[in-house]
Amino acid sequence: MMRFIHQLASPPFFYRFSGKALPWLFGLFALFLIYGLYGGLVLAPADYQQGESYRIIYIHVPAAWMSLFIYMVMAISGAIGLIWRIKLAEVVAISSAPIGAMFTFLALVTGSIWGKPMWGTWWEWEARLTSELVLLFLYLGVIALYNAVEDKRIASRAVAILALVGVVNIPIIHYSVEWWNTLHQGPTVTKFDKPSIHLSMLLPLLSMAVAFKVYYGVGLLVRARNELLQRERNTGWVRELLHDE
Amino acid sequence: MNSLAEFLHMGGYGSYVWSAYGIALVAMVLAIIVPLRQHTSLRQRLTRQLKRKKES
Repeated sequence: MMRFIHQLASPPFFYRFSGKALPWLFGLFALFLIYGLYGGLVLAPADYQQGESYRIIYIHVPAAWMSLFIYMVMAISGAIGLIWRIKLAEVVAISSAPIGAMFTFLALVTGSIWGKPMWGTWWEWEARLTSELVLLFLYLGVIALYNAVEDKRIASRAVAILALVGVVNIPIIHYSVEWWNTLHQGPTVTKFDKPSIHLSMLLPLLSMAVAFKVYYGVGLLVRARNELLQRERNTGWVRELLHDE
Repeated sequence: MNSLAEFLHMGGYGSYVWSAYGIALVAMVLAIIVPLRQHTSLRQRLTRQLKRKKES
């Protein structure tokens, strides 16, 4: 296992391995997505308070989870790149940013669409929404900073530091619904006692969460391959790879 | 779920539910398609550069 991880950190091995893994990952994503959508949109009953409108939960909540999860992956792999100078860690960090930004955007937009009929407003400057908006700006800042610096190894270090400073926002987002009196409802699933959601609603939600995680895997590999190819364009393995074409 | 129309109606919340799903679909498809296309063009560009180098 350690040997495999070690091998995976080598760009040519990663490039070849990810090329083979992508179709399988995509298939896995499709399976969880189909069950999640069918279970969530068709099988699950309507909510006794919110009616059918609650079905936005099946994208809103997994997207919001991913926005936090991807940020942590980005910050941690950025730190690994910063400390051990592992190229692949730098590539994983920067390749995560656009996908994280996309999920943050989706969490905000689907939340807004859900908020209109339920709260009567598209937007409210309250703690959960504002801190999630700050997360979007952090992602965009990371992307902009990376593009502004020509030398990509220096850019990666700058980006890692920005991402690590921004980690302070993550617990703020998570606990915002408990620390402040917010319009946003409290956690439904991640409570330590029993989750306050019926199994027929919970299972599709978890399935969608897994689907989104696998989707992140797909997006990450696709982007990391581009980044590696671009960075290593003058090395032997890329020349060999292109030689066959 | 009695009919397709009823399903699409979503108890009166159809426009909210489906616009949320529609935006998610478009964003998630684009976020994969765009880098895949970049991959193709990047490989073509690098191959051309390599050939030029060999010829010179």
